[in-house]
Amino acid sequence: MRSFTYERPATLAEALSILGSNGHDARPLAGGTDLIIRLRDGTVRPAMVVDVKRIPELSPEISEAAGRLTISATTVMTDIAADERVRRHFRALAEAAIVVGSVQIRNRATLGGNICNASPAADTAPPLLVYGADVVVAGPDGTRRIQITEFFVRSGVTALRDGELVVSIDLPSPAGRTGSVQLRRTRRRGHDLAAVTMSCLVDEAGVTRVAYGSVGPRPVLFVDETGTLADPRAGADAKAAILEGMFAPASPSPQSMRSSPEYRLAMLRVLGRRALAIALERRAQA
Amino acid sequence: MTQPAHLLPVTLTVNRRVREFEVAAHHTLLDVLRDDLALTGAKECCLVGECGACTVIVGGRTVDACLMLAIEADGSQLTTIEGLAEGGRLSAIQGAFLDHGGVQCGFCIPGQVISAHALLEANPHPTRAEVDEGIAGNLCRCGCYEQIAEAILATARASGTAKPGAAEIAAPGER
Repeated sequence: MRSFTYERPATLAEALSILGSNGHDARPLAGGTDLIIRLRDGTVRPAMVVDVKRIPELSPEISEAAGRLTISATTVMTDIAADERVRRHFRALAEAAIVVGSVQIRNRATLGGNICNASPAADTAPPLLVYGADVVVAGPDGTRRIQITEFFVRSGVTALRDGELVVSIDLPSPAGRTGSVQLRRTRRRGHDLAAVTMSCLVDEAGVTRVAYGSVGPRPVLFVDETGTLADPRAGADAKAAILEGMFAPASPSPQSMRSSPEYRLAMLRVLGRRALAIALERRAQA
Repeated sequence: MTQPAHLLPVTLTVNRRVREFEVAAHHTLLDVLRDDLALTGAKECCLVGECGACTVIVGGRTVDACLMLAIEADGSQLTTIEGLAEGGRLSAIQGAFLDHGGVQCGFCIPGQVISAHALLEANPHPTRAEVDEGIAGNLCRCGCYEQIAEAILATARASGTAKPGAAEIAAPGER
């Protein structure tokens, strides 16, 4: 690994000042499960690594207030998957967190890192999209919120501006009875990256939110406001047409070694139908 | 041309012994354990967090030491494979790996044993499925997964009262 300097700011202000004065030479470090690999293979060559794990505002915490669940940026997958509030109200997120990597990876990989890495295959992205998360960001001009639908730009690129850090991810608590699920397709169990990721949320009013990833440059969200997908009396053709409209924009890369575009597109539809069925079943049981 | 390494003071409690020294910022925990502390049990293998040969326990949780900078562990308690035996006696899980033939070539074993140890600390009576998930981050090219799972389940059984149902779940491991 090439050498670099290491900073471990103790306050958010200090971190922002370091990032601000070092520009692209500085790279934030959270769990390191993506960054260390890229530092080693030389695809990222910062002069400075800024470890954000000891900044109090970012330190691991899941808290509930005013109808929102707030997950701080450095909360690791192990803790998200084990949290009772996440499991009860944001089940798809718990299901996504528990399949990230292996035990060792989940003990390090953070929610902030997973979204900032902006892999199209990021497991937590579809759940955050269906739950309508906000990304709370601190930067030189203060704090702002970015809707998760605006956060992912393309593979490896987010809406973060220079010098900004993700502080936390806010999830509005679902009102009424809802059902949600996260599914994914991998080559093998254990710690494979997903060939398709899929989340579905059906709310009490019958609105269905479907988000998927790993089949295009960024994870995407589609919403059926008509209530058709959640309506047991709606015809199969009407439902199929809506789902097809959601899946038509998918454009998996032919270069990926994980699976062919044809396979991904076929599995996208299978997982989509399956996720809708499970979300409806869970809503009925809620 | 390489720049001079940025050296940083670090305090690690490794296998109950406090170590204070300096590390280069870009050296991983695995580099430092093996090269600076001469603890060569954790192995360098895939270097991308897939094989688990470098698994150690930091702050009570298993990590791939190849995916962590040594300086990130500053102030932490670490347990490596060298810290499991006490007074020259193997721990129960180490003995079970030998008894059940879980060790063939041995290269992955330090990581496997550490993952098994951490699994049983967190969940003293795991089901077979929980064992499989617990060691999913540790690859064995000799293919000893059955024997390793048996060793973990046998250690759990020997450690005392199992939760109801655990005995039946563990039974397929007894051949």
